[in-house]
Amino acid sequence: MTKPRAIVLMILAPLALLYASLLIGRFAVSPGDVTRILMARVFPIAHDWSGPVETIVMQIRLPRAILALFVGAGLSISGAAYQGMFRNPLVSTDILGVTAASGFGAAVALLLSRNALQLQLFAFIFGLAGVALTYLIARVYRSTPVLMLVLSGVVVGAFFSALLSAAKYVADPESKLPAITYWLLGSLNAASVQSLASVLPPITAGSVGLLIMSWRLNVLSMGDEEARSLGLRTEWLKGGIIICTTLITAAAVSVCGIVGWVGLVIPHVGRMLVGPDHRRLLPAALSIGATYLLFIDDIARSATAGEIPLGILTAMIGAPFFAYLLRKTRGSWL
Amino acid sequence: MAVAKPLIEVRGATFRYGEQAVFSALNLDVFRGEVLTVLGPNGCGKSTLLRCIGGALALTEGSVRMDDVDISQLDVAARARKVGFLFQHHSPSFPFAVIDVVTMGRAPHLGLFDSPSLQDSRLAEEALEKVGMRHLKDRPYTELSGGELQLVLLARTLVQQPEVILLDEPTAHLDFRNQAHSVKTIAALAGQGVTMIMATHDPNHAFLLPGRVLMMQPGGAILTGLASEVISDSTLTATYGIDIAVFPAPRRAGAGEMRFCSPW
Repeated sequence: MTKPRAIVLMILAPLALLYASLLIGRFAVSPGDVTRILMARVFPIAHDWSGPVETIVMQIRLPRAILALFVGAGLSISGAAYQGMFRNPLVSTDILGVTAASGFGAAVALLLSRNALQLQLFAFIFGLAGVALTYLIARVYRSTPVLMLVLSGVVVGAFFSALLSAAKYVADPESKLPAITYWLLGSLNAASVQSLASVLPPITAGSVGLLIMSWRLNVLSMGDEEARSLGLRTEWLKGGIIICTTLITAAAVSVCGIVGWVGLVIPHVGRMLVGPDHRRLLPAALSIGATYLLFIDDIARSATAGEIPLGILTAMIGAPFFAYLLRKTRGSWL
Repeated sequence: MAVAKPLIEVRGATFRYGEQAVFSALNLDVFRGEVLTVLGPNGCGKSTLLRCIGGALALTEGSVRMDDVDISQLDVAARARKVGFLFQHHSPSFPFAVIDVVTMGRAPHLGLFDSPSLQDSRLAEEALEKVGMRHLKDRPYTELSGGELQLVLLARTLVQQPEVILLDEPTAHLDFRNQAHSVKTIAALAGQGVTMIMATHDPNHAFLLPGRVLMMQPGGAILTGLASEVISDSTLTATYGIDIAVFPAPRRAGAGEMRFCSPW
């Protein structure tokens, strides 16, 4: 694929799917109506559609689709950045314990019967706190060796998982326990204009930060000592990457629960398509991740009468697909 | 004759791990364009010395000055503009193109938000040319042989345009052919005026490279001088703890006088 065409495709694919997603759902909306409702935001067009149609498109489907794009993009770019920093293709966004800590934060909020926005805040703050704890434990002699980070992440993750189990254990099995369990399975049904306003800024800021560091990430993946010999302040760079990915992941988890697999696999798909150079890989991960999660969410909310939890589908569809890619390419991009 | 000012001045350098001194009160001058070969048995502190000279490790006592600047006063980027490092071992990460790996040598010259320009890739290509690896520039660097990889990483240190390149046993994991090829390439670079300090496990490299030799002996004694002064049966035997002798090589047409050493 030639370069300009690849770039155009990477930009158009998520947008095209976004448009298609506005048409998908139990309530049939015609493409013409969707187009005119969107256009009416910019141009003066006569309102000839019914009120519920506009509500469904603008208040329900559009926020949810945008949230899917941003969460998918954010988790994927975070995973790609962590795989580069840890020099390990098995690493995922939850390596430093952010997911487990956020999950516990959410469970606490559910136990205390807090509202959706407070739950989001709890999950976000706990996620940040969990990673901060990992970083402090890993810090020795004014440096944070990668191996120490990984091990501390395991420790903190295990600790918060235990706390989460404890929260489930004491939760009322009639009402609270299902709520916690369902939240942990992941869903985008909390999407609203409000939740977008609180989640998009951290995801955007973190992603821009990672894009700025993308070339330095190449150098960092040579290993700490070599990167320092090439003039990199590795501690600052690692700190910056951790802050960016944690902002993104904590924000994503806080609004849609635990969506596994995306941050692990999409970077690999990106490497297959554009190679390992993070200057190309990170933007590619944004686009592929956004498209993938939106696609999965369209299935999640339209395949059955109810809603299939997102975390189940990302792995149920993603795992076989990844197995297929592995077999077909024999891992030649690794 | 006016005495040239040394590029690197090591004064009273001591390094200790706990109570154990790796070397102590070491004085050393390295001149611009010189190649200094550092010899010694495994564990004698060759790597430690190199890291101290490069500022990656801090001396316990003493100082290393480069161009009249104390190396410990420089920040990591300024240091990387003065000192290039070629390590003994590189564990490859992702299959970056060779040219992209070499271009990473520009990192200390680029601002925080910059990424390399076309000019930087051109410098990288020139450096690949110098080490004879230009034909590999688009290959994934993870597919290179050990010898090719070391030369590509050597090209990366050239792109850094440092005052001195420190080579820490760059041939340690290479086969016979690639060792010879690497040492030849290093000798050729020396001919172009690149200042280098190279630690090596093979004393024969000292015969193949121009410049002086620094020999670290067990017990902390350090000898410096030309290869012909420093390398003898008795110093080699004392350094490595086995019987070693220096032999003159039979003359060959077109070749200068050659010597080699071998255990016997």
